[in-house]
Amino acid sequence: MEDRLVIGGRELKSRFLIGTGKFGNKQVMREAIVSSGAELVTVALRRIDIENNNENILAFIPENITLMINTSGARNAREAVRIARIAREAGYGNWVKIEVINDSRYLLPDNYETVKATEALAADGFIVLPYMNPDLYAARDLVRAGAAAIMPLGSFIGSNQGLRLKILIDVLIEEIDEVPIIVDAGIGLPSHAARAMEAGADAVLVNTAVAVAADPVRMAVAFSKAIEAGRMACLAGAGREQRTAAASSPLAGFLYNE
Amino acid sequence: MNSLTEDLDRIFRSEDRDLLERLARAAQEMTGQYHGNAIALYAPLYISNYCSNRCVYCGFRADAGLKRKRLTLEEVGKECRALSETGIRSCLLLTGESRRQSPPSYIKEAVRIACRYFTDVSLEIYPLDVDEYRELYRAGADGVTIYQETYDRRLYDELHLAGPKKDYDYRFQAPERIAQAGFRHIGMGALLGLADWREDVPRLFSHLRYMEKTYPGVEYSLSFPRIRPVEGDPRQYHEVSDRDMVRIISVARLLFPRSGINLSTRETGAFRDRVIGFGITKMSAGSSTRVGGYAEREEDYDDGQFQVHDTRSLPEIKSMLTSKGYDPVITDWRNIVND
Repeated sequence: MEDRLVIGGRELKSRFLIGTGKFGNKQVMREAIVSSGAELVTVALRRIDIENNNENILAFIPENITLMINTSGARNAREAVRIARIAREAGYGNWVKIEVINDSRYLLPDNYETVKATEALAADGFIVLPYMNPDLYAARDLVRAGAAAIMPLGSFIGSNQGLRLKILIDVLIEEIDEVPIIVDAGIGLPSHAARAMEAGADAVLVNTAVAVAADPVRMAVAFSKAIEAGRMACLAGAGREQRTAAASSPLAGFLYNE
Repeated sequence: MNSLTEDLDRIFRSEDRDLLERLARAAQEMTGQYHGNAIALYAPLYISNYCSNRCVYCGFRADAGLKRKRLTLEEVGKECRALSETGIRSCLLLTGESRRQSPPSYIKEAVRIACRYFTDVSLEIYPLDVDEYRELYRAGADGVTIYQETYDRRLYDELHLAGPKKDYDYRFQAPERIAQAGFRHIGMGALLGLADWREDVPRLFSHLRYMEKTYPGVEYSLSFPRIRPVEGDPRQYHEVSDRDMVRIISVARLLFPRSGINLSTRETGAFRDRVIGFGITKMSAGSSTRVGGYAEREEDYDDGQFQVHDTRSLPEIKSMLTSKGYDPVITDWRNIVND
């Protein structure tokens, strides 16, 4: 069976999405993107010096990469919509990752405003990937609003805490089959990413863990392998976690002529 | 005293070298985690130095006898152009406190002009009412910085001899009014050394904590300028050593992981280069603290508000940051229509 990931009509070979913040220099960022194999990269519009091409972060994004502008800094739906439209007018395409955050301490996304922004931007022709708190009702609303994928957070953004919200993400994976589920935020280690993929996530978005690693390029490769391994394990039918031991050779097998 | 205040007091008074080392390391790690290697750069732009306050420690005070100047709107444009040509995209507009000479309507026009040249315009001006702040927000400004100077009320009254700034509460409540007006960035700080910083800094932290809880959507930043005595001010201030600065910056980072921390050009280049890693996320570069100081660098018509110790240009600051493994960020916000 062919294993395809299609978002917004584009087929992606890599299930690793990468963010561009926090890198020590843009050349290293570029190399990390290249070695990650990612085909979809997110950049904050706020960090793009639109008028100055020399130092523009976009000059360091490799070719053939789909750019997904994010609305970092938006505090409500209205602001997210404006940022997305400024980006499109500046020629940065119609892929947008919605980030609506109105809490500067925890940086948790505001699901209600995120749904509103998704609705407005999807209706306006954008391919919308909303970053959200893993809540089933909000996820359903986002699907209805026209989201191209759903991006629940694994734990607080930039925290490296991994899949703290796994039980809620599992619900989304179980219930939302209309669009891909991409675990975004909090993924600190390749093993976290592998775990998300094993659990059935369609893709993973990582930024901090790569950007602040001592060797971001090597870390990007490590994530890429973990994500691939996790996906393969998921397709291979990974065994469920059990609370007690289960014998490899079942004791009652003889009753069934095994 | 609550337990946090007690802990802070103990940390701030401790001479334990090992503790300071651990604080600095933890702060450095947390800064990397939350802010990565990015340092945002900006420059101040003084549009007027008329002032009706008499703050004993300030070079701009009403009786300082310096030549006063307020840029015409045309000059504001020239000044903005000159500064933006250096590569700066984030600008902090400053005025002295004179409602007559630099009223909110004048500041509003200056904001409109500055928005043509910069992606991010912030203000460091005298405190206003909510409606006045809102006008400036709608004109395109996204941030306001206001320092309480000192949280010691008695001392505050003593240092501010005359003028509207004597009203401690009006200034103390300004961050709330700024948040209510819709601004997205608020800078807070105290002028370290006026009072014993070990008492002022914890109060600044409480003030910020209150703001964070009450207005969680705002992005906050902290500044820790050290007092540099100006001519004609005979007062003795409290010492704030380099070690103290590292204590303050490190603890601020640990208590407020997401907040910006700004490092002033009052500090020497050598000191700035050393402390960046402990929590700094914002620096000014190529600064002039003179009214009209960018368009007419050579003209000697007044003195700046304070002496700039780090006189390096934007390219010099950028190359220093790059050589230390930091990414100098020129644009960290782009104004969208504020309403």
